[in-house]
Amino acid sequence: MGEATGIEIKNLYKIFGPNGKEMVQKVKDGMSKAELNEKFNHVLGLNDINISMPGGKIEVVMGLSGSGKSTLIRHINRLIDPTDGEVLYGSEDVCKMSQKELREFRRHKTAMVFQKFALLPHRTVMKNTVYGLEIQGVPMKEAEKRAARWIARVGLEGFEDHYPNQLSGGMQQRVGLARALTNDADILLMDEAFSALDPLIRMDMQSVLLDLQEELHKTIVFITHDLDEALRLGDKIAILRDGAVIQQGTGQEIVLRPADQYIADFVKEVNRGRVILVDTVMDRTRTVEEGGLTISSGIMLEEAAKTFAETGLGEASVVSGDGRPVGVLNVQDTISAMVTPATH
Amino acid sequence: MDWIEFPSLSRGSLLTIKKTIDGSFKEFTRAYGDLIDKFFDPLQDFLVLLERLLITSPWPLVLAFFAGIVFLMSRKVSITVGTVIALSLIGVFGLWEDTMRTIAMVTVCTLLAIVLGIPIGIFMARSDRVQRLVNPVLDLMQTMPSFVYLIPVVMIFGIGKVPGLIAVVIYAIPPMIRLTNLGIRLVDQDVLEAADAFGSSGSQKLMNVQLPLALPTIMAGINQCIMMSLSMVVVASMIGVKGLGQEVLNAINNQYLTAGVLSGLAIVSIAIIFDRATQAYGKRLQKHSEVVHG
Repeated sequence: MGEATGIEIKNLYKIFGPNGKEMVQKVKDGMSKAELNEKFNHVLGLNDINISMPGGKIEVVMGLSGSGKSTLIRHINRLIDPTDGEVLYGSEDVCKMSQKELREFRRHKTAMVFQKFALLPHRTVMKNTVYGLEIQGVPMKEAEKRAARWIARVGLEGFEDHYPNQLSGGMQQRVGLARALTNDADILLMDEAFSALDPLIRMDMQSVLLDLQEELHKTIVFITHDLDEALRLGDKIAILRDGAVIQQGTGQEIVLRPADQYIADFVKEVNRGRVILVDTVMDRTRTVEEGGLTISSGIMLEEAAKTFAETGLGEASVVSGDGRPVGVLNVQDTISAMVTPATH
Repeated sequence: MDWIEFPSLSRGSLLTIKKTIDGSFKEFTRAYGDLIDKFFDPLQDFLVLLERLLITSPWPLVLAFFAGIVFLMSRKVSITVGTVIALSLIGVFGLWEDTMRTIAMVTVCTLLAIVLGIPIGIFMARSDRVQRLVNPVLDLMQTMPSFVYLIPVVMIFGIGKVPGLIAVVIYAIPPMIRLTNLGIRLVDQDVLEAADAFGSSGSQKLMNVQLPLALPTIMAGINQCIMMSLSMVVVASMIGVKGLGQEVLNAINNQYLTAGVLSGLAIVSIAIIFDRATQAYGKRLQKHSEVVHG
């Protein structure tokens, strides 16, 4: 598999209502969501969304309910038609595809995992998993062979002949994941895929996803309302509020430099040790040559803290991938960065 | 001014209206009656064939055949044994041949209602406009006294099997259509969205998602359809459909209490056999919905 293609969302608007197209200009001229609703009875779903989703990475779109995140992900495979704007996959604009092109695009380029699993209740795990291949017209024997691999990969071996109703929520979502992976599509769309699961199983599924991504390098768009989940999974995070993107960046950027009070309130409760890199906290002005404790650059503070705790030392040399020292980290700075909001 | 009596059309003009409509319909019947009759010939042939097969085959064979079908559908010994007992009693009381005629009639009517009803139901489910058009027609079919539409049917086809068949189907098809429509419309939107997201075409969605998930409701429609066909056989006997209905009609005309009750009970037993067998079959198809994991 070659390098996955990214997704470029440009000036995307979605306005729900009978005359959405005419309302776009009003929104462009600065009309607010509340005003549009009150005066024209149209609902502003998405407001000038611009996101560049890099190929082969996990892009998390985070927001509370009603923020438009589920509407946004449905524009990528056009389950919802946009009012205005572009969704580019490579050089193709998804919004301009004909029905037939769109069907081909959905069959071969995208796969989706749903919050409520959306499995076919009358089909077994195996028959659910082959669904995507079946409608592509792949011969059943070949399809089942490919599906069996992914069923095993998500840990459902032996459950092939069970019906969804006979499985727990976590296992059902594994079927949903296997069904999406069997499609072997570049883009994996996950709409609050783990939100309906209990916390322990959710963590478990996040690990499954991260493991898979390490070998697959798909372009994953992950929707969530849970900041911890966003920070754990996202290579990049976009935060949505009232249909508009209010901040984009890596997890660390968002935690350290929240764009406004809304996001600041959000990130207050975050476990910083798992988000902030040692590189951010270390003293770059000096390096320690040879000897002593070393920590590799690019790991999270929590891991560094663990190393300090295990060795009992108070200072470590941070070394880059090729073994070159790049800075010094001490226990004091590590702890204070983990517990207090770092000031910048 | 007279406020007491409703200003109705005069007797003369009413008579003219009635005469004109009746006259033109009679002319239409004379002109096209044979053609329409011919069109339904294959149906009549099939019904006659089925009837003759059931009547002329040795009774143990027929009994074994019914027991076999009921067991294959329900996979329940109790229902199968009940079927054998009921049919044997019917035979003992001398109603075997009439019962076979009625079963043949109901089978053909039900098949016809399924073949016509399911596609119409699918159309209705796919378009709100079709639903708005078809619904009042179904209301009419269900509430119009059957004797009323027997009149034009008899005028076209005369007395016999085919007019009976048509009258029964008109009466029995509405629940089939309604429940197919309802079943498809009730399919979970999330699952449909998933089917869309994987790039299903319209027909793939229909075959893989909508029809299978609507199946329990469609089965209920088939069940209703059978029950209504059976309840119609007495009315159909008035236009020459032979079978248990005719026995009942005969009993009413001559005040034969026992004969009436026996034929009535025979109809009831067939209804129960059909009902239990189709319901058990429907339940068996839904095995996947049993919740094993909480």
